[in-house]
Amino acid sequence: MSGNDIREGFFEECEDLLEAISDGFAAMARGQRDSETLNAVFRAVHSIKGGAGAFNLDTLVEFAHKFEGVLDAVRSDQLKVDDVVLRLFHRAGDRLADLVALARDGQIANPADNAALVGELAALIDDDDGAADEAAAAAFVPVTFSLDLFGPADEAGPVRHVIRFTPHRALYTTGNDPALLFQALARLGDLEVSADLSRVPPLSQLEWDDPCIDWTLTLNTEADEAAVRDVFDFVDGLCDLEIVQEGAAPAVFLPPLIEAPPLLVPEIPADDPAPPVAPRLGPVPADPMPEAPAAVQQRATIRVDLERVDRLINLVGELVINQAMLTQSISEVKLPPGNRVEVSLDQLKRLSSEVQERIMAIRAQPVKPLFQRMARIAREAGQAAGKTIYFRTFGDATEVDKTVVERLGDPLTHMIRNAVDHGIESPEKRLTAGKPETGTVVLSAAHRSGRVVIELTDDGAGIDRPKVREIAIRKGLISADKELTDNEIDNLLFLPGFSTKTEVSNLSGRGVGMDVVKSEIQNLGGRVSFGSRPGFGTTVTISLPLTLAVLEGMVVEANGETFILPTTALQETVQADPASIHRIGTDGLFLSIRGGHIPILDLGVCLGLQDRPSDLKGRVLLLLENSSGGRTALAVDRVVDQREVVIKGLEGNYGHVPGIAAATILGDGRIALILDTDELASAMAAEPDPIPQRLAAAGG
Amino acid sequence: MSAVAEPIAVTHREIVSFRVAGQDFCIDIGSVREIRGWTATTVLPHAPDYIRGVMNLRGAVLPVVDLSARLGFGTTEPSERHVVIIVTIGSKTVGMLVDAVSDILSAPTDDFQPTPDVVSDKAKAFVEAVLSVEDRLIRLIELERIMPTSLGIVK
Repeated sequence: MSGNDIREGFFEECEDLLEAISDGFAAMARGQRDSETLNAVFRAVHSIKGGAGAFNLDTLVEFAHKFEGVLDAVRSDQLKVDDVVLRLFHRAGDRLADLVALARDGQIANPADNAALVGELAALIDDDDGAADEAAAAAFVPVTFSLDLFGPADEAGPVRHVIRFTPHRALYTTGNDPALLFQALARLGDLEVSADLSRVPPLSQLEWDDPCIDWTLTLNTEADEAAVRDVFDFVDGLCDLEIVQEGAAPAVFLPPLIEAPPLLVPEIPADDPAPPVAPRLGPVPADPMPEAPAAVQQRATIRVDLERVDRLINLVGELVINQAMLTQSISEVKLPPGNRVEVSLDQLKRLSSEVQERIMAIRAQPVKPLFQRMARIAREAGQAAGKTIYFRTFGDATEVDKTVVERLGDPLTHMIRNAVDHGIESPEKRLTAGKPETGTVVLSAAHRSGRVVIELTDDGAGIDRPKVREIAIRKGLISADKELTDNEIDNLLFLPGFSTKTEVSNLSGRGVGMDVVKSEIQNLGGRVSFGSRPGFGTTVTISLPLTLAVLEGMVVEANGETFILPTTALQETVQADPASIHRIGTDGLFLSIRGGHIPILDLGVCLGLQDRPSDLKGRVLLLLENSSGGRTALAVDRVVDQREVVIKGLEGNYGHVPGIAAATILGDGRIALILDTDELASAMAAEPDPIPQRLAAAGG
Repeated sequence: MSAVAEPIAVTHREIVSFRVAGQDFCIDIGSVREIRGWTATTVLPHAPDYIRGVMNLRGAVLPVVDLSARLGFGTTEPSERHVVIIVTIGSKTVGMLVDAVSDILSAPTDDFQPTPDVVSDKAKAFVEAVLSVEDRLIRLIELERIMPTSLGIVK
């Protein structure tokens, strides 16, 4: 393992840890504030700190340390978690995630950026210390005692720690360097290092990989023992460690955050969640770190290079094709019915398609990390808009193709900002409407009939349809006398450049609208739609294919070549009927259907396979809707079949081909190209006046 | 200017030689992945005339270059006797349609001579060096120049 691998491993681990933190806070928000939940968060923050220390990510370490301190105060019941504290924790968690991201990208975090948050966190403990002290004082502790405990302890001056450090072989083989540990110690105070060479054998007997040097370190520091032990956190179990403190009163060793009662009652109850580090003189067991109960959930997972999975997918695709070819050759032999060859072949077919399905599933990932990111977006959007938002998620475990998860981030972010900004009313308005002051936004994911459905629901005011209509008329998107159904009005929001906000808001209005969301979702082979009840809220529904590796398509023929047309864009297929086809100019052909006029494109011409459109007689027209709502009719020779095809990229070995999205391999091993209908349609600039045209079509 | 002019530690170069339009060409054996018989390709729209189309190589989609068309000898009418050499060019894997593969040779590096100036510009652009073997002249193809340079705007 190279240093880089270890570093990468750390950041991968951080993702899991940040997820655990976010999980923990979400559980707390639901009212689950037991010590187990808290400990999980604490451990995660601590592990990030520990790992960051090993890579000298000082800002991250420092921030995590402060955060950990506050969490520790909660653990020791010094601080009560209320909604205000929890919100601050959320923000601290977000900041921690930011710092990790900065560190991963090799950027230097500015410690000053943390200052405000650190201040707020610190204030939390101080305030609460005061409160706790008062409460304690009222109950049974003289106020002066608390001063004894907290005042002098902090100003006790340097303490001498004598550390005896005996590295095991494993410490070296795992790439740790004692010198780095010593440097970290030296940062805590004055350090003296002496090596005990008595165990070093003569050179002739020296085992090159057997450690034989023991170290005695004398550290004068104001830091407590826990801080000293922190330094050795990463080599825990890889060395023998003894820390002895000299020349200070026992009380000094109490970490300042430990509450008073355990001191007064020396017998610590066994189930105390945070056993105080009572006078620890002499050798102590080398487990000073937060206890890691066996209850920690261990997911049995492995990290696999995505390329390996993709190669496997390719190979299995080839296997399925080979099996199809074999089936075809055997059927040509015309064996008697019920023969063993065909029975076995059937089994092979079932097996290979199951193997294919299973391998596709490897690329699937739970939407949870994505949803957690969205929780943050909702929080920040609520804060910026001055609205309190209760964000809930359902179906976190729903699995979607990795690429889908990655590419859903932007559209979802936009939708959530929209929901918070435009959907949820201001607290005053909500109260007048008889709703709770806090707006609720729910993000859910579920598998439904072979697709993944993601829904974003808010309990806001719903779509203001009269207003949407008015704006659409003002912008010339529809004529004033046009009658539209509710659904049609909602769909106006997907038109490019449509925005109901007159002023551009900081959050959602940045010149991009739902049209961008729609095109992003369509690029993923999905569909998006609105549902809304005035006064009760809005639901945006996204329906996505389970995997990007497979696409549902129509197999069509043109110019003797076979093409695949994704069904997501397809609305209907019609036989070319001369009565409904009109000619404008020399080559401008239009299809009149239900009151709409749709331009006809000849696929062969679009792809440059022929110069002039062929006669439409006997051909098939495919009615397509592109992502901006425009419609075109694509003329092809024949529709062969509708089936799922495996997507194969063209860009890797060749490059982008206009009008072509990708390729696939047909059952006979030949390649068919998958059409990019949007590009085909936009390549034809003959659309005279797209908007009225589109609405005329939509109204039909 | 050519690779031959640079000092190379290896004294021999292994090459695969093949015929296109009655002339002998060769490429470095290191870039050859495999050699297959001709199978029908799928036409690639808006592609230059020397791109025959795409083929299926065990699940991967590869473009096939008609080397004869690329070198300016006119397009090939491929038959079952034609051969596709699968080569790696940078990160891309590409098929090259040629008439026949003739030989695998090991030639001393010094035997590769700069391309004579007499040849036409078009062919010279793709020929990196020439090699004389017995009475034959084998032209060393510069693979990097075979594929269209600006794939973003294939016309």
